Amino acid sequence: MMSAKPPRSLFTYALVYLIFLYAPVILLPLFAFNDSAIIALPLSGFTLHWFGLLWETRALHEALYNSVLIAVITAIGSTTLGIFAARAAARYEFPGKRSILGFIMVPLVLPEIIIGVALIVVLIQLGMSLSAWTVIIGHVLICTPFSIAILQSAFNNMDRSLEEASLDLGENKLGTFFRVIVPLVTPGIISSLLISFTISLDEFIIAFFLTGTDVTLPVYIWGQLRFPARLPAIMALGFLMVTLSFLLLVAAEYFRRRANRLTGVRKNSNGGIF
Amino acid sequence: MSKEIKSSKALPNIWQKPKFVPKMTPRSWTGIALISPPFAYSLLMLAAPLLLVFLLSMWTQNYLELDRTFTFANYKEAASEKLYQVLMIRSVVISGVVTIVTVLLAYPIAYYIAFFGGKRKSMWLLLITIPFWTSYLIRVFLWKVILGYNGVINGSLMGLGFIEEPLTFILYNANAVVITLAHAWAPFAILPIFVSLSRIDFSLLEAARDLGDGPLRRFFRVTLPLSMPGVVAASLIVFIPTVGDYVTPRLLGGTNGLMIANMIQIQFGKANNAPLGSALAVSAMIIVASASIAFVLLNRRFLKVKG
Repeated sequence: MMSAKPPRSLFTYALVYLIFLYAPVILLPLFAFNDSAIIALPLSGFTLHWFGLLWETRALHEALYNSVLIAVITAIGSTTLGIFAARAAARYEFPGKRSILGFIMVPLVLPEIIIGVALIVVLIQLGMSLSAWTVIIGHVLICTPFSIAILQSAFNNMDRSLEEASLDLGENKLGTFFRVIVPLVTPGIISSLLISFTISLDEFIIAFFLTGTDVTLPVYIWGQLRFPARLPAIMALGFLMVTLSFLLLVAAEYFRRRANRLTGVRKNSNGGIF
Repeated sequence: MSKEIKSSKALPNIWQKPKFVPKMTPRSWTGIALISPPFAYSLLMLAAPLLLVFLLSMWTQNYLELDRTFTFANYKEAASEKLYQVLMIRSVVISGVVTIVTVLLAYPIAYYIAFFGGKRKSMWLLLITIPFWTSYLIRVFLWKVILGYNGVINGSLMGLGFIEEPLTFILYNANAVVITLAHAWAPFAILPIFVSLSRIDFSLLEAARDLGDGPLRRFFRVTLPLSMPGVVAASLIVFIPTVGDYVTPRLLGGTNGLMIANMIQIQFGKANNAPLGSALAVSAMIIVASASIAFVLLNRRFLKVKG
């Protein structure tokens, strides 16, 4: 450590920066509970009306159902692919390993619109109709790199001697995988499922390109943003989503830390994506 | 490191220069078998589609039919049409400015967390990530509320008596797009810079101080060069995706803040000219890739150093 006391200016900057980061999110509850049809200051009064409106909107419920379905399947798909890749990355050496892994991680830096364009071109050429499945294909593509990043640190941190002990004691490879390795990386798997679920739930561009009649939640919100009268309800929806993803995030972080404890990492290793 | 030591123990040939090309062993086959499903998925769902986009960009759309004779007409149109030129240049310029602003704003905070975070490092990192797990669309829309004519900033400034008329240069133009994107990509810039700052060997900083460098000189001669890998990574992570951003320019850009992604979407949607849309997408990718490679090459002397 250089010195324990930061310069005052740097600390002030950090606080101002945090205000900048939180500025939009702080407004959300203000307008979600605000008794006015217009999203503007000053605030008028407290109401739960907008939440009630959400409860009555059928189209929203359908969009939510589609999104959750897509997010669940995406989470399972990308975590499964992630387990394969992370295990290969953490334990095996083979020619071309780095470039293959790098290629799988490409969607992390590719603009999402390019992925949307690429997939829609294929679907048009194949004459396939757009559906929830086409969105899932795209979402698995963008979530897999995140799953790999999370799972790779779980597999890397795992104490190798436990695996060797199991093999020495006569368990076969498959048995070792399911009875020793999987339990040890389960927290990593749960964390990967939660993160993929959250990313898929919030993804807009790919869903916008690839969704057919099964509109997802972000696509539904996008449609609503054009109508000023619908905005307060969208603020209420946003508030609920913030709360939910905050809870999911805390859960994911909890499991990631537990993964580190289980696999024998004592200190915060700053692995994963936090 | 331990893997390299192990493999060199297996081949104790001191006459040959050690090569780090992994030999094929039964274990490598297991590794290849494991990596196959995700690799096949990427080939099938990413590489093949991208190849098709490339092909499509050299075909022609005639109303409902697709003319499959090869032509560069779409690229010619993409390069010569004034509107596409303007959008392409604007996308690259806006993304460039966003990248500079985001990285400059992110550096001090990464520095603060890395050197003064102490036991609270994870808490700081979590604090930074939380706002970004909320709906991207709603976050962008809220910036419209903040920057708008009757928005939070104008309301507060007028309420405090700093201005008489609402400021208009902060919404429906490129400024609004830059502010919003600089916000949206903040954690992606902070994290890589933080990681590279955390890896700096403190003895180097102490040596610089002992040898008489003041804080400012030490920062520019030791800390900053050593953290450049993080800065380069952060710049690329912000620059590449923002060139293709669709939502922010559409919601906040007005007509003078639209970017290339908006035009690509129009070609695939209303204009029903997928080949031209593909040509625009491919051109954008080529421009972004060249800019990124040039940026990495410019900074290569900082990237060679390994810890």
